[in-house]
Amino acid sequence: MRVALFLTCVNDTLYPDTGRAVVKLLTRLGVDVDFPMAQTCCGQAHYNTGYRHEAEPLARHFSDVFGAYEAIVTPSGSCGAMVRELYPRMGERARAEGRGDTLAATLAPVVPKTYELTEFLVDVLGVTDVGAYYPHKVTYHPTCHGLRGLGLGERPRRLLQAVKGLELAELPGADECCGFGGTFALKNSDVSAAMGADKVRNAESTGAEVLCAADNSCLMHIGGTMARLRTGMRPVHIAEILASTEEEPVV
Amino acid sequence: MSGTYLGMPAFPEAAREAVGNTTLRGNLRHATHTIRAKRATAVAEVSDWAELREAGKRIKDHTLRHLDRYLVRLEESVTAAGGVVHWAADADEANEIVTQLVKMTGESEVVKVKSMATQEIGLNEALEAEGIRAYETDLAELIVQLGKDRPSHILVPAIHRNRGEIRDIFAREMSEWGRPAPEGLTDTPAELAEAARVHLREKFLRAKVGISGANFMVAETGTLVVVESEGNGRMCLTLPETLISVVGIEKIVPTWRDLEVFLQTLPRSSTAERMNPYTSTWTGTTGGDGPSTFHLVLLDNGRTDTLADEVGRQALRCIRCSACLNVCPVYERAGGHAYGSVYPGPIGAILSPQLRGTGSEIDASLPYASSLCGACYEVCPVAIDIPEVLVHLRERVVQGGEVTREGNKVVLRPAKGHAAERAAMRAARWAFTHPGALRTGQRTASRTRRFHPRTLPGPGRAWSGTRELPPVPAEPFRDWWQRTRGGKDGDR
Ligand code: SF4
Repeated sequence: MRVALFLTCVNDTLYPDTGRAVVKLLTRLGVDVDFPMAQTCCGQAHYNTGYRHEAEPLARHFSDVFGAYEAIVTPSGSCGAMVRELYPRMGERARAEGRGDTLAATLAPVVPKTYELTEFLVDVLGVTDVGAYYPHKVTYHPTCHGLRGLGLGERPRRLLQAVKGLELAELPGADECCGFGGTFALKNSDVSAAMGADKVRNAESTGAEVLCAADNSCLMHIGGTMARLRTGMRPVHIAEILASTEEEPVV
Repeated sequence: MSGTYLGMPAFPEAAREAVGNTTLRGNLRHATHTIRAKRATAVAEVSDWAELREAGKRIKDHTLRHLDRYLVRLEESVTAAGGVVHWAADADEANEIVTQLVKMTGESEVVKVKSMATQEIGLNEALEAEGIRAYETDLAELIVQLGKDRPSHILVPAIHRNRGEIRDIFAREMSEWGRPAPEGLTDTPAELAEAARVHLREKFLRAKVGISGANFMVAETGTLVVVESEGNGRMCLTLPETLISVVGIEKIVPTWRDLEVFLQTLPRSSTAERMNPYTSTWTGTTGGDGPSTFHLVLLDNGRTDTLADEVGRQALRCIRCSACLNVCPVYERAGGHAYGSVYPGPIGAILSPQLRGTGSEIDASLPYASSLCGACYEVCPVAIDIPEVLVHLRERVVQGGEVTREGNKVVLRPAKGHAAERAAMRAARWAFTHPGALRTGQRTASRTRRFHPRTLPGPGRAWSGTRELPPVPAEPFRDWWQRTRGGKDGDR
């Protein structure tokens, strides 16, 4: 099976390790991964800040780059939700504005083929034990767009539970937003910081060494708060845990 | 809407104070988390919740689509049952109508059933200005009134107060308004409730005029419905000689049967009760039973304009259960006052900028008062996609566009203060449609990473004030991919 990795602009620029982990993991599971070099950004930041018309060319670009692949895998719940939930809506809005079906038709092919990483592993590859080894106490934060947008449900936790050596600690108030929310963190910084601090305190109460999530944007916010509050906990993307093996551990 | 909130600063500023107030945050956290858990249990008990939610959504959408027809039907039914219907285009008109109606009775005081519509229009203040005293009889509303405070929650307007604060307010203020609080009042719930009961009883028995809102109006029979927990509403609805109900035009349902849906979803969503203790219905007037005069004031105040917006109109489905407030992480930290309206929380963030327009600083900032986490949509018993409307209103703020105001189509200009953001978004769009430019930018960032500041300038300062920035890696992913041919030449 040949799939395209949609890494997302944030991961490409700031978190290349996550990308390498995805490649390593999928290759180990027998998947042929391609990284289309022309990929950029799904347009979510534009769309959610109110610049829908600026987001449209980005969505079109996404479809041009990825349209021909069998499946598109992304290690980001929120960018996955952008394609699956909001691309169809962009098409509808364009139609409602009297601009015809062109946008909807352009975007339609990528919508059902786009999978968030854990969804791809469980639903498409049908695995929950990916042969990983990670001897740490870990707590899992389900990010909002993964949880409510994509409905990832128990998939990430099932994958983590199957990891050898990993002890999974339940996070109190797990389904509460961490306060990142894209430009929300800048525009409503006080509220955002308070939400982040509460999330970190909840995570600390579990006694875990690592907080794991399927979205680096949320992890950037949570991790930045952890560092400032000097908790000693680390944020780690779920792909890096799943990629870690006894022979080649990721610390 | 009410003049009480004019001149509010933008939401982020208004929220800052609340975020720093630990008592307030503690009160809110405790209250919202308790009710949140109870609601989830009450909802989980119903096997067909998803169907009920869908039915509620459909009934409301159908009614809104044919609102003109159902309003005429309602007017006919109310009139036939012996009531008088008045139409109010805005807050001033509604206040004027009610004030005149009270004056005609010759009374100078009225008792009130808790009502969002009368708060929206600032009725108490308008009556006060004409020498008429309005007594709130809902316990939480009484606390707000005695405390010369503003409501901060739809259902529990005094949610920001704890028991100690309530005791102090009662002890200090009750004598100003009627029977004083008993000597040595403590902060036990039973004593506080008893003090309020004795204080209010006097008012119920004396009042000749009652003022209410309504949760629902049934078009086919002209019946109004109030759903409540304490029973004080029923006293106000049955004891006075004259009853005046002020109700938003969107509160209509076509038939009695439709109530079946909402009388299940409303109590479970709002108070987490299977059924609320008091459901009062009244239809016009009945000789020898209840008020002998009944007036219904139908309030528009921006609702028809909201109805004209395809995406935003779903906000009018709201049944004011307040479930969205109780799950909202932003409301929990910012408190209700920061929203600058009687409608706080997620529903307030989408309703106020539609009813009032996005002209003021506070209204232009409300669509951003959310992290778009989606918890509000998930709990809403009429499935209002609040995040969708928020994003839609953000678009209106930054790009302007056509809206309906007072029945006329007008073209809004983009709000001020977004020019730099707009330029940045355009630049980012350009870079993202030119992969080469993106790559150059990434490489520059990587090469200069040693020189990156630990704090950010401009709007980024807010971020780096409370969080550490992630370090920029030595090499963006795409360079690694090309250098190692996707890891085939070794991982490093
Ligand atoms: S928007 Fe929905 S959840 Fe919020 S108060 Fe209205 S009906 Fe309730």
